[in-house]
Amino acid sequence: MSYKVTEEGNVATIHLDGEIDMDVTEKAKEVIFPHIETGKEVHLNLSNVQYMDSSGISVLIESHQKALEKNTKVIIKEVSKSVLKVIMMAKLEQILNLE
Amino acid sequence: MSELAHTNHTEKKDFLVRSSSLKDVRSFCREVFEKLHIDQNLKDELVLAIAEAAQNIVKHAYKDAPDTEDKMVVQISCKDSKLQIGFYDMGTPVDPGKVKHREIDNVKPGGLGTFFIQQIMDAVEFKDGKKPWINHLVLTKQL
Repeated sequence: MSYKVTEEGNVATIHLDGEIDMDVTEKAKEVIFPHIETGKEVHLNLSNVQYMDSSGISVLIESHQKALEKNTKVIIKEVSKSVLKVIMMAKLEQILNLE
Repeated sequence: MSELAHTNHTEKKDFLVRSSSLKDVRSFCREVFEKLHIDQNLKDELVLAIAEAAQNIVKHAYKDAPDTEDKMVVQISCKDSKLQIGFYDMGTPVDPGKVKHREIDNVKPGGLGTFFIQQIMDAVEFKDGKKPWINHLVLTKQL
């Protein structure tokens, strides 16, 4: 998994790239969580993530819940079809902020 | 469904029991499903189910042995349009009665892997592992 972060004002946009599985979840958390902790709105662009398993979905849930605690939000953008399918299988499309 | 899915086909491969092997498990599955000409949608689902089962071995059966040199075996068989995937490992014995997913409406991290497997596959069965194996999981799906 690789990533790119850009920041503008109170928004941190994180582009993740590759496959998100158990092997990279700690790295994903290290990339995402600090921005949430500072209270920024996080835009998570998943257009280049073609595979995500339950561990990756857990990162999305944890990010969402951390953001709520910090009175901010994580918006998932440009989710690929294959990842959207997994999000829907987990019945999270109404819980997570998808754009 | 392809003609190949009607033929008998078996392949197996072993993998070190660690999270870095999961991408190799997925690659192996994709290669086999390519040969079977399984359509992309179903292939994606099957790869997810298999990777989740392999992840469970790493995460649970080898919870206390993260640096093990043990290997797990994944065997994919297709016979008469029935796909059967076997997993063999030498980790802590699994108590099938304790394998359950979280309540899906209770949104929290974790507990989804088993749910995905059950959603995707027709049957999930724990069999007695024959030596040297401790655990033997079988997933089946009618194609």
